[in-house]
Amino acid sequence: MATLRVSVWRGQESGRFQEFEVPRQESQSVLDVVTHIQRALDPTLAYRFSCRVGMCGSCAMTVNGRARWTCRTHVDKVAVDGRLEIAPLSNLPVVKDLVTDMTLFFDKWARARGRFRGARTRRDDFERVPPDSAARRLADAAIECIGCGVCYSACDVVAWNPDYLGPAALNRAWTLVNDARDTDNRARLAAVAGDAGCHACHTHMSCSERCPKQLSPTASIAGLKRATALAALKGEF
Amino acid sequence: MNVRTQVLLWAAQRVSAAVLAVCVLVHLVTIIYAVRNGLSAAEILGRTRGNAAWAAFYVLFVAAVAVHAPIGLRSALAESFNWRGRGLDIAVLALAVALAVLGLRAVYAVFT
Ligand code: SF4
Ligand code: SF4
Ligand code: FES
Repeated sequence: MATLRVSVWRGQESGRFQEFEVPRQESQSVLDVVTHIQRALDPTLAYRFSCRVGMCGSCAMTVNGRARWTCRTHVDKVAVDGRLEIAPLSNLPVVKDLVTDMTLFFDKWARARGRFRGARTRRDDFERVPPDSAARRLADAAIECIGCGVCYSACDVVAWNPDYLGPAALNRAWTLVNDARDTDNRARLAAVAGDAGCHACHTHMSCSERCPKQLSPTASIAGLKRATALAALKGEF
Repeated sequence: MNVRTQVLLWAAQRVSAAVLAVCVLVHLVTIIYAVRNGLSAAEILGRTRGNAAWAAFYVLFVAAVAVHAPIGLRSALAESFNWRGRGLDIAVLALAVALAVLGLRAVYAVFT
């Protein structure tokens, strides 16, 4: 049976790659490979996954140098000469092996005021948002984020500027800026502006290139740049 | 530096970039035109001396450079050398002033 030679990161920030041989299978995902190693070869390997169908965003790793969701990445697509190198996501602290600490990543969503805040209560009627309104379409284009951290790991500006909120948090903020029901936009625009916010983005587009959901955080960030510049000129913050 | 100022710097960077795009083009075309039969100080001064339109153009050019370069350098230094805060802001402000003074002095020199 054909085998894959797999180097897997072991340790924390400092550590080393460990080699494994894994039987090749049809339609095998990178997550299948990691799972095989953990179940059959070395039960001490730490990694994270949940849904296995591309919904939860917990399985992202660096595969042959690129951040990817591993449950929906076929080995066929990424193995080079029967070899895989699997490492934790970059730009995040490593807890152990393939598991990163996502705390800062999600704290930045909170800092970008990525939480919906409406004015209505359960006693009010529903707000009607026309599905084809311009704002609703902009929100739709960015809404399917699964919080996998691939974009965050792929962004050079995150590496150069540790305070930078990053593509995912800014993309989330943009969906709320376009949410007709949300009442927190003034504070949100102030929170996402400036050197640690959308204006730090260099439009490299690595985030949009790598996002497994084919979102374009770059486009969302461009929208935020315009909206915040307008708000700043009007003196709203 | 407060967030509003950071955003205004970003906007100034964009606007000055647009101005520079036009200025650099005009400047390059002028150079190519000016050197067509060799280059002499007399020819340059003949074109610029007392010419308010050229002076105004180059004042705009200098202003755009003095705005654009320091803001860009501010990001580059922050990202490459992790230099941030007041010291950096003062340094790039000093660069802006230096660029403006040197540039305007040159414009003045070929105008009078
Ligand atoms: S477009 Fe902006 S957010 Fe996306 S990778 Fe580039 S710098 Fe980062
Ligand atoms: S924007 Fe894309 S890459 Fe970034 S966290 Fe969301 S789904 Fe993942
Ligand atoms: S395991 Fe849920 S997205 Fe991969």
